[in-house]
Amino acid sequence: MKKKYITGSIETKGGEIPTVSTSIDRMDKWGAFKARCSIGRMRYTIRPGLYAAGNPDQDSIVLVSANYKLSFDVLRSSLHGIDAWILVLDTKGINVWCAAGKGTFGTDEIVNRIEQTRLKEIIGHRKLIVPQLGAPGVAAHEVKKHSGFTVIYGPVRASDILSFLENGMVATAEMRKVNFSMRDRSVLVPVEFVMGFKHLVLASVVFFLLAGLHKGGYSTQVALTAGSRSTLILLLAFLTGTIMVPMLLPWLPGRSFSLKGLIAGLILIVVLGVSGFAESNIIESLAWILIVTAISSFTAMNFTGASTYTSLSGVKKEMRIAVPLQITASLTGVTLWIIGRFV
Amino acid sequence: MKYLRNVATLKLDAERCIGCGVCSTVCPHAVFDIIGKKARIVDKDSCMECGACARNCPACAITVKSGVGCAAGIIAGMLRGTEPACDEGCCG
Ligand code: SF4
Ligand code: SF4
Repeated sequence: MKKKYITGSIETKGGEIPTVSTSIDRMDKWGAFKARCSIGRMRYTIRPGLYAAGNPDQDSIVLVSANYKLSFDVLRSSLHGIDAWILVLDTKGINVWCAAGKGTFGTDEIVNRIEQTRLKEIIGHRKLIVPQLGAPGVAAHEVKKHSGFTVIYGPVRASDILSFLENGMVATAEMRKVNFSMRDRSVLVPVEFVMGFKHLVLASVVFFLLAGLHKGGYSTQVALTAGSRSTLILLLAFLTGTIMVPMLLPWLPGRSFSLKGLIAGLILIVVLGVSGFAESNIIESLAWILIVTAISSFTAMNFTGASTYTSLSGVKKEMRIAVPLQITASLTGVTLWIIGRFV
Repeated sequence: MKYLRNVATLKLDAERCIGCGVCSTVCPHAVFDIIGKKARIVDKDSCMECGACARNCPACAITVKSGVGCAAGIIAGMLRGTEPACDEGCCG
């Protein structure tokens, strides 16, 4: 199938190079939306190799990118009005930052891709602009040693590329920093939500089935009423951890995500209590306090992977304390909840 | 926003540093500053252990145990008995 973003091709000494559009159309946006929601995102790739934006010649700059279409789209759409080459690495369809962490966006792949695309025949200079977030995988001095190319680290955000070029290829301190704004966080919520949702559905089914138990035996009627209420509380606890915590991240107290999640869960409990949604029976109320806080704390903790400032040592430390507590709270909570069905 | 205090495994050997400045260029959290032609760690608690500085230091003056700061990745790693690694999901 012909790719919509490819608009034509240009002849070079290294062969024919496809040219790409620097604008994003509806299909690109729809694809981006699907990728964000985890639908077929692993197939959202483009073919590795060399591409042309505008009408580049042998003096034009070379920008390196990943073969994850979102990364590629963000880059090409920020090149409006300039002539440049885009060298797309094979990162198995993963974005620059994550691929750099895994090493697929790395020194070897850059060196190989330079060879395969015959880049040295196409351009006269020996400079590559690599996105700064690729640096965990790329050793600039090694690239130089093995290919003769000098790596210049570009800005963190592709949208700063034009200012970076105007500034004589020097990134300002602001361009070097990773932020984690409300907007940055909000685009990550759908993925977290979709990933956790199947567990939520499973838990709801179990609660629905168990909800029918009571002193007098099993009642489908009770299962439906108590079951729907349980499902609603589970859903609210899940939403608290996956949406409320990421959105309110800077304002929730504590540094660890599990603690922020725990606090958000307690807020939910208070809201449920005040709104008259609380159980009449004390054992069941206690059960829900434990279950809700365990879920909100655990789902909030999972947002560490999407954040831009947590470290491996930090998350390990956080988990050593939080995970045993979350497990104990949820098991105790479920046990109490079952006991509560019989009193 | 800052994460937990005093956990980052980042270390700098000032003896080896040649003051090239690459570490401060690649760090996304401004952990390094170049003071008097030598790198200095000025904000260790902001280090997310991405490893960019260590990989790009031509003098091998920096060490950091790098990896993904991702709970799901750590759990996946424990279940598989491998290093923490993110699968699809967090890597958006
Ligand atoms: S990259 Fe290494 S040699 Fe260069 S300034 Fe930093 S610590 Fe020093
Ligand atoms: S590991 Fe990453 S965040 Fe930490 S100092 Fe090095 S470049 Fe900065």
